[in-house]
Amino acid sequence: MSPTLSLFYFLSFLTVLSALMVVFARSPIHSVLYLILTFFCLSGHYILLNAQFLAAVNIIVYAGAIMVLFLFVIMFLNMKKEDEESKTNLTKVAAVIVAGTLGVILVGAFRKSQVGTYNPYAHDSQVGMVESLGHMLFREYLLPFELISILFLVAMTGAIMLGKREVGERHF
Amino acid sequence: MMQQTPPIPEIIQAIPLQSYLILSTALFVIGIIGVLTRRNAIVIFMSIELMLNAANLLLIAFSSYKSDASGQVFVFFIMAVAAAEVAVGLAIIVMIYRNTRTIDVGFLNKLKW
Repeated sequence: MSPTLSLFYFLSFLTVLSALMVVFARSPIHSVLYLILTFFCLSGHYILLNAQFLAAVNIIVYAGAIMVLFLFVIMFLNMKKEDEESKTNLTKVAAVIVAGTLGVILVGAFRKSQVGTYNPYAHDSQVGMVESLGHMLFREYLLPFELISILFLVAMTGAIMLGKREVGERHF
Repeated sequence: MMQQTPPIPEIIQAIPLQSYLILSTALFVIGIIGVLTRRNAIVIFMSIELMLNAANLLLIAFSSYKSDASGQVFVFFIMAVAAAEVAVGLAIIVMIYRNTRTIDVGFLNKLKW
């Protein structure tokens, strides 16, 4: 087995394992830490797929910004005590059955479908580099790119409005 | 001519696209299990992030295999929207905690029936 192949299987195994630990970890802090591990594994996948720019963005935006926000809120809310989950075992079993059925159906459909593969003659391995993505982003997708900035402005205003303390309300 | 074009990445030659389909399906299913079984609003939120990342992985895999940059631009936009979503969602969770002293979604049943 070539090193790349074994690296792929190792990364996939680690990704699925840490994703499972996100769901099944008891304390939310552990969930966040496992989610960060998942994001790093996914960045490894992106690098293997030659999407260097998105691998860097994934680490900066997800593992850097979003996860810090999660950690911040968890530490704000002081959820050290492991409050017992109020869901019954029946609900949990039903949830796992529903999700597992969806997974089996999807995998079955994928096995029957023709997803194609790469074209060895017209393949461009530089497609995930900053240069080609920048050309794409600032030519064909210029309007969505500008709309994203408006979305951020709206989201920032909304977050501040939601998080603001009303007069007489308690802090936390 | 041949030395001008960089070689095709080894992973694309070695791994069929189906493997990435199955990997991201697994991530998506784990996310669904998290949303359906957990009660903690923040863990539910993290499971949603997991599902978003499954979609991202699939988009990047297809984009790399078909050498089409549009998929990766979409992933960029998904990441931006996810960042905005997390900011607003966590603000809502903080507000819920401030009003009810809990973030167990089982207690938020006023709109149930």
